[in-house]
Amino acid sequence: MKSAIILFPGTNREKDMADALRRAGGAEPAMVWHRETTLPPVDLIVAPGGFSYGDYLRCGAMAGNSPIMRAVAERAKAGVHVLGVCNGFQILTEVGLLPGALMRNAGLKFICKTTPLRIENSDTAFTHLCPPDRPMMTPVAHNEGAYVADPETLDRLEGEGRVVFRYADENGAVTEAANINGSQRNIAGVINDAGTVLGMMPHPENATAPHLAGVDGLPLFRSLVERLS
Amino acid sequence: MSAITPDLIAEHGLSPDEYQTVLDILGREPNITELGVFSVMWSEHCSYKSSRIWLKTLPTEGPQVIQGPGENAGVVDIGDGQAVVFKIESHNHPSFIEPYQGAATGVGGIMRDVFTMGARPIANLNALRFGDPAHPKTRHLVGGVVAGIGGYGNCMGVPTVGGEVNFHPAYNGNCLVNAMTVGLATTDKIFYSKASGIGNPVVYVGSKTGRDGIHGATMASAEFSEEAEAKRPTVQVGDPFTEKLLLEACLELMATDAIVSIQDMGAAGLTSSSVEMADKGGVGIRLHLDRVPMREDGMTPYELMLSESQERMLMVLKPGREDEARGIFEKWELDFAVIGEITDTGLLELTWAGEPEASIPVAPLVEASPVYERPWVPTEPPDAPAIASPDGPIAPALRRLMGSPDMASRRWIWEQYDYYIRGETLQVPGGDAAVVRVPDSNKALAMSVDCTPRYCLADPERGGMQAVAECWRNLVATGARPLALTNNMNFGNPEKPAIMGQFVGAIQGMRAAALALEFPVVSGNVSLYNETDGAAILPTPVIGGVGLLSDSTKMMSLAFKGDGRAVIALGGDGSTDLSESLYAREILGSESGPAPAVDLAQERAAGELVLALIEGGLIDACHDVSDGGIAAALAEMALAGDVGWRADPALQSEGASFYFNEAQGRYLVATADPGPVLERAQQAGIAAIRLGETGGNALHFGPNDAISLESLRGTHEAWLPDYMAG
Repeated sequence: MKSAIILFPGTNREKDMADALRRAGGAEPAMVWHRETTLPPVDLIVAPGGFSYGDYLRCGAMAGNSPIMRAVAERAKAGVHVLGVCNGFQILTEVGLLPGALMRNAGLKFICKTTPLRIENSDTAFTHLCPPDRPMMTPVAHNEGAYVADPETLDRLEGEGRVVFRYADENGAVTEAANINGSQRNIAGVINDAGTVLGMMPHPENATAPHLAGVDGLPLFRSLVERLS
Repeated sequence: MSAITPDLIAEHGLSPDEYQTVLDILGREPNITELGVFSVMWSEHCSYKSSRIWLKTLPTEGPQVIQGPGENAGVVDIGDGQAVVFKIESHNHPSFIEPYQGAATGVGGIMRDVFTMGARPIANLNALRFGDPAHPKTRHLVGGVVAGIGGYGNCMGVPTVGGEVNFHPAYNGNCLVNAMTVGLATTDKIFYSKASGIGNPVVYVGSKTGRDGIHGATMASAEFSEEAEAKRPTVQVGDPFTEKLLLEACLELMATDAIVSIQDMGAAGLTSSSVEMADKGGVGIRLHLDRVPMREDGMTPYELMLSESQERMLMVLKPGREDEARGIFEKWELDFAVIGEITDTGLLELTWAGEPEASIPVAPLVEASPVYERPWVPTEPPDAPAIASPDGPIAPALRRLMGSPDMASRRWIWEQYDYYIRGETLQVPGGDAAVVRVPDSNKALAMSVDCTPRYCLADPERGGMQAVAECWRNLVATGARPLALTNNMNFGNPEKPAIMGQFVGAIQGMRAAALALEFPVVSGNVSLYNETDGAAILPTPVIGGVGLLSDSTKMMSLAFKGDGRAVIALGGDGSTDLSESLYAREILGSESGPAPAVDLAQERAAGELVLALIEGGLIDACHDVSDGGIAAALAEMALAGDVGWRADPALQSEGASFYFNEAQGRYLVATADPGPVLERAQQAGIAAIRLGETGGNALHFGPNDAISLESLRGTHEAWLPDYMAG
C-alpha cells in the first residue's frame, strides 16, 4: 500500500502516523507539503494530527483552504481512500468530505488518555480486521473533539452504519460517563457514504506497538494495507 | 533624548556603584538605549551576580559530558554518535502574574534553548509549586499554569512526560514554574553561540518584535509587592505555532552547513543574544535596528533591544548563504532579515537608518558585570527531638496521606498534557521517572525532576543533597544509568544573609551529592527574589536528571506485576525519625525537626545494587521510597499494578515510624524469587527487609488494619479534581 501524509504548518503527528503505516506493512509514506497542488499516485491519503496554522481560527479551517486540499478532494471523489485523524478529521469536516464538525471538549480542557472505543462498523476498508467484540483501547489527545451534527445527519449516519467508532467504557458499553469530550451520541469516528473517507478523533497510530499504548490500533492499519495493496 | 537622572538609573535596577562602572567603561554618560543594555545585562537574571561564585563550585565534568553550563543547554554523550541536550528554566514571576502565558512562554523558552543547540526536543517535564490550596489565588494559578504548559507543549508536538507538584503556604505570593526540555542531537551537529568570521551576516529569524516583555529580566530580579498585577504588561505572549515552524525551519537549516553560530532570544532578547554571541567569539557586532522585523510602527532602539517578544532567533551565517537560509524560512512562513554583521571592533554598535544609536565595548559589558559575594549566614539545623511513633493503625493514616494535596494523584494535570505524541513514550506520567525511547534504537532516556522543599528549609545542605539523590534514585529505579543533571535554584531575596545562606547550603549539598554519585551539572538556571512583601518561598533547588537505558526492553516500572511476589525494602540507615516527613506534617501537624540524613556512599551502593538486580532480571517491580515513606511507596506500587499486598507476620506490630519515616537511599522491589535478591543485598552491604507478599486487592498491615485498593484509589484520585472543581 502506497500512502501520502499531508503536512500543514503546525502538523505534528506525522512521525507517529508514518511509524504506524510502516509497522502495518505499508510502503514508506510520501510526505506532501500543503502548498503542493498534486499528489503522487497513492492508495491512501492521510491527514494527520496537529495544530494546523496553530488552530487559532476554527480548527482545520485554514488548512481546509490549502492548495493541496483541492487535490485531496479530487482524489477522494475518484475513490481514493482518505484517513483523517484528530486535526485531520477536523480538516476533512471543514472541506466537506465528512459531515459534522468538532467543537471544544465539554470539559473545556485538553484530554490525553487511553480510551476504549466501541467498533460500530467492522465492515469497512479501515476496520475489517478490527475485532468487533471488544473495545479498542486508543489514546486520545485533543482539545476540540466534541463531534456535532444536526439530528437528521446523526440519524442518517447511524442508519447507514457510518458511525464507525464510539466512546465506550471498558466493557464496550456506550454510556454518558464514557463520553469523554461531550460528542453527540458518543461519536468518535465517522465514514463517508462511499466507505472511503474515515475521520476519527482518537489516535490509533499511537497504539501500534506493545511498548506504547498497546497494539489495538494496529488492525486498523493492517486492514488498510490488506485491502488497498 | 531623555536625560539620565539618578531616578532613571534606579528604575533600571542599577546601583550607584554599578552606574559608576558604566561611566568608566564608556568614558562618558550613556544614552537611554545604552543604559537599557547595561541594565538588562547586569540584571540578576542575566548576570547571575549573586549566584555565580557559588555555581562555579558545582562539578560539571565527566567523560560523558560534551558541553557543561554556559551554553543554551547541556550536552551529554549517549553513544552511537548521539547526544542528549537538556536544561531546566524557571518562569516564576510571569506565571504568577499571568499564569497561562507565563507558563506557556516558559515552556517555549526552554524548548528554544534546546533546539538552538541542534537538538530536536523529545520530552518536556515541569516542576510546579503553588500556595496553600485554601488561598484564594491557588486554584486559578493551578488551572492557568497547567493549561499554559499543555497549550504550548501540545501544539509543539513535544510530549510532556513528567513532573512534580507541591502546595505550601510559603508559595502563596510566588508560585514556581520550572520547565525542563530534553532533546536529541547527533554529536557532530551541535550548534553553539560563539560568533566568528569578520563580515559574516547576522540574521534575525522567527516572529516580529513587539513591545511585549520589555524589562522582563529586570522584573525577575526584584521582589514582588502587592502591585505585582501592575507588571502584567511585562509578561510575554506565546505563539507555539510560530515556534513549531521555527523549530522545523531551524532544524532544516541546521542540516546544511550554513550556520556559524546561533542563539535564541530569551530573557533580554536582542541585547543578551547579540552580546553573548559577540563576547564568546571575542568579536564585535553591528546591528542595523531599523532592519529588525517589527510588529508595530514607532518602536525605538531602546524598545527593540529590550523587547522579550517570543519565538525569535539570532544567527551568524557563513557568507553567501543568506539566500539558501531565506528560502527555508520563507517556506515556513517566518520572518527572515539580515540585520547586521560581525566586526573586528569589539563593540556592540547599534544604528538606525545609518545613524549611530549606541556603542558599547562588548568585553567590559560582560566581564565587568557585577559579581557579589553576598553576606550569608548558615542555616542552623533545627534542634528538635525526634518524633516518636504514635499509636494507631496504619491504613487510615495512609488513606489520609494519599489523599493529601502533596500526595494525591496528579492525573488531573497530566491528562491535559499530550504525553503520547512522537510515539516513543515508554513510561507515562505517574511512575518514578518518565522514559522515552530514542527513535530507531533500543536505547531509552529516563528523566525526572525532584526537590523536597521542606527538607531544604530545615537544612539546606541536606535538602540540596537529597534533591540530587532522589532524582538519581528515580532514574535508577527504571533501570537507567544516571548521566547528568540540570538545576533550577529557586530562592528568595539574596540580599538577605539568611536567604543567601540557604542558597549556599543547598549548593554545598548538591555539590557533595553530584560528586559522590558522579552525576555532574551540565546546565541550570537561577531564580532569586521569590518573595512577596518580604516573605520568601521555601528554598527550592529543583534537580532535573537524565539517565540512559542501553536496553529499553529491560526497563523497570513500579507496578506490582502479579500475586505471590515478595516485597523487599532495600537500603536506608535504619533511622525511623518522622521529623520533616509528610506524615508528620499532614497527620501530626508538625513541620519541625531535622531533615533526613543522606548517606551518599550508601545511596550509591544501593543504586548500584538495584541496577544490577534490574540488569540481572531478578526483580519485576521497583520504586524509590520518598514522600510518605514505605507505606506510600507500597500504595503507589499496588495502585499502579492493581495488585494488593499483605505484611509478613513479623511486621504486623510495626507502627507509623516504620511505615512513614522518610529515611533516604531506599527502594522497594518485588520479586518472585527473593533468595538471590537478599543474597546480593547482603554482599553489597545494603540493608534488606522482607516486608510481605503481593496479592489480593487490599493493603494488609495487620489484623484489622487494612485498606482496599478501591478505597485508596478513590481517595488518591479524588482530591485534585474535586479541588479544581470547587
